[in-house]
Amino acid sequence: MSKPNLEVFSETLQNLAETDKNLYVVTSDSRGSGKLVPFGQRFPEQIVEVGIAEQNLVGVAAGLASMEKKTFAVSPACFLTARSLEQIKNDVCYSDNPVKLIGISAGVSYGALGSTHHSLHDFAVLRAINNITIVAPADNYETEQAIQAATSFNEPIYIRFGKKSMPSRLHADNADASNADSNGLKKSAFNSFQFGKGRIIRDGSDLTFIATGEGVLPAFEAAEKLSKENGIEATVVSMHTIKPLDIGLLGNLAENGKPIITVEEHSVYGGLGEAIASFLMQNGFRNKFKIVGLPDDHTVSGSQNEIFEHYGISKSGLTEMALKIIDTVETRHALSLTSPSAPYQIFD
Amino acid sequence: MTVVELKEKSKEYRRKILKYIFNAKAGHTGGSLSIIDILNVLYNEIINVSPENFHSNLRDRYVQSKGHCVEALYVVLADKGFFPEEDLLTLCQYNSPYIGHPTKYIKGMEQNTGGLGHGLSMCSGMALAAKKDNSPVKVFTVLGDGEMAEGSNWEAMMFAAHYKLDNLCAILDYNKLQITAPNAEVMGLEPIEKKLEAFGWAVRQVDGHNIEELTETLRSLPLEPGKPSFIIAHTVKGKGVSYMENVLKWHHGVPSQEQYELALEELK
Repeated sequence: MSKPNLEVFSETLQNLAETDKNLYVVTSDSRGSGKLVPFGQRFPEQIVEVGIAEQNLVGVAAGLASMEKKTFAVSPACFLTARSLEQIKNDVCYSDNPVKLIGISAGVSYGALGSTHHSLHDFAVLRAINNITIVAPADNYETEQAIQAATSFNEPIYIRFGKKSMPSRLHADNADASNADSNGLKKSAFNSFQFGKGRIIRDGSDLTFIATGEGVLPAFEAAEKLSKENGIEATVVSMHTIKPLDIGLLGNLAENGKPIITVEEHSVYGGLGEAIASFLMQNGFRNKFKIVGLPDDHTVSGSQNEIFEHYGISKSGLTEMALKIIDTVETRHALSLTSPSAPYQIFD
Repeated sequence: MTVVELKEKSKEYRRKILKYIFNAKAGHTGGSLSIIDILNVLYNEIINVSPENFHSNLRDRYVQSKGHCVEALYVVLADKGFFPEEDLLTLCQYNSPYIGHPTKYIKGMEQNTGGLGHGLSMCSGMALAAKKDNSPVKVFTVLGDGEMAEGSNWEAMMFAAHYKLDNLCAILDYNKLQITAPNAEVMGLEPIEKKLEAFGWAVRQVDGHNIEELTETLRSLPLEPGKPSFIIAHTVKGKGVSYMENVLKWHHGVPSQEQYELALEELK
């Protein structure tokens, strides 16, 4: 059964609150948007409404957390990580108050409502703040796991997801531990969920998609299409934790020298792709590499699906990108006696 | 402590604030001198916080929203036995945990402050948690007058009144000077009492250097059951040192050797 990760979040929280009176949800007039109306009805003593005041939302949540309350601060990702960024930096991260910051309707989930309601900056700004784990679950399974794990996680954490229906559990037939390389690192990456550990959901040897959040589904679909129509086998990884990055897995994935395409519902600046690029370059990997995300431009108007299609965060867009990058690799390889020289190319 | 003893404490604290700022060649001198009587009464007469109970969830909480006047808090916490006073000789020096704003690296500090307009929200969350637990914990914060221009304070004020947090007390260090000029020129607060009352708080104005009045007021909390308490403490920036009082440059001015000796003479 596929449903929005947002709904899974709400149901998981209710299940947890049934046995945990110390679990609190703080909302900024966002209980409807957060699918938390049933939570409020069932656990009226455990929901704290702050009104439309995101700075106070995070400050109050930090205060509650410092008093040993398991505190989820829930607000649209766009407001939570911009309006209250200083509260996140100082009251939560610097002051080490283990608030669970939940960015709902993240990325371009609000589609045609426009840029005020988009969060394409959240990974970038939070990555540069010390003492916070950043998570974007791909499917219902990862969302449930992430919320459960966050409840007992005693450090600041940010979890963001959208409101579109997502698969219950993304998983290709070929992705299981028995197919894994002998390398223990990679083996452990199949199918289990743990903060800071990427999850391999498809195994292939021609190229690798490393995606996060709702970018994982189109990467997975593109990989299946490439296999069926082009005989190209792609590995697909759900890198649900953007920070700390699973560098063990990254190194393992890059070792084969094959192209890597990163996919995220975020600006191409400062997100998963640049984090991975930084790791690869600093460790001497020279795989062909492409970051797919939202360009540094006024975002086109439309639904989330339309925006994804427009920027190639889609089955067809990623298939095309994969074919192009594989082809380009060969061309570049033939010219490899010469050093790279300007004009440099971004594969747009 | 008797009133006489508390008054002596205030003088001792003022001497120490100047000692460590003089040693560090850095610090927020004027504001530390304006809040020290408030901290003296809070820590010696009112709040249930000590090195022994600091890990208990049942301790009272003090969060200094105007974090820059940390020197006053350091001196009081050292006096209460949270850390050896001589540690303060490292104030603001390389690799010292005793930096220019409160941090939880130092035992006795509740939260890391320094950015303005943060304390009241955090304290509101703490006070709400205590209410939820039916706990006797009381929560205190000291805000600066310049800081009142931060919108987040007013968000927190709506919240604290809405949730009837009468276990929360905010104290305004109303010394009427901020880094640029008098508040009245930078961003006027008045009529502050009416504003606070209109936000649903119980308000009282006191002389922030009058030990008896501070003690009596803070002992009578909540000012009104069902409402958070706001105490407007009228203070003097640089209080206790004649040439610093109400003089803007002592916001973070550091005395020369001669000025330091003169100040100690006045604080005997």
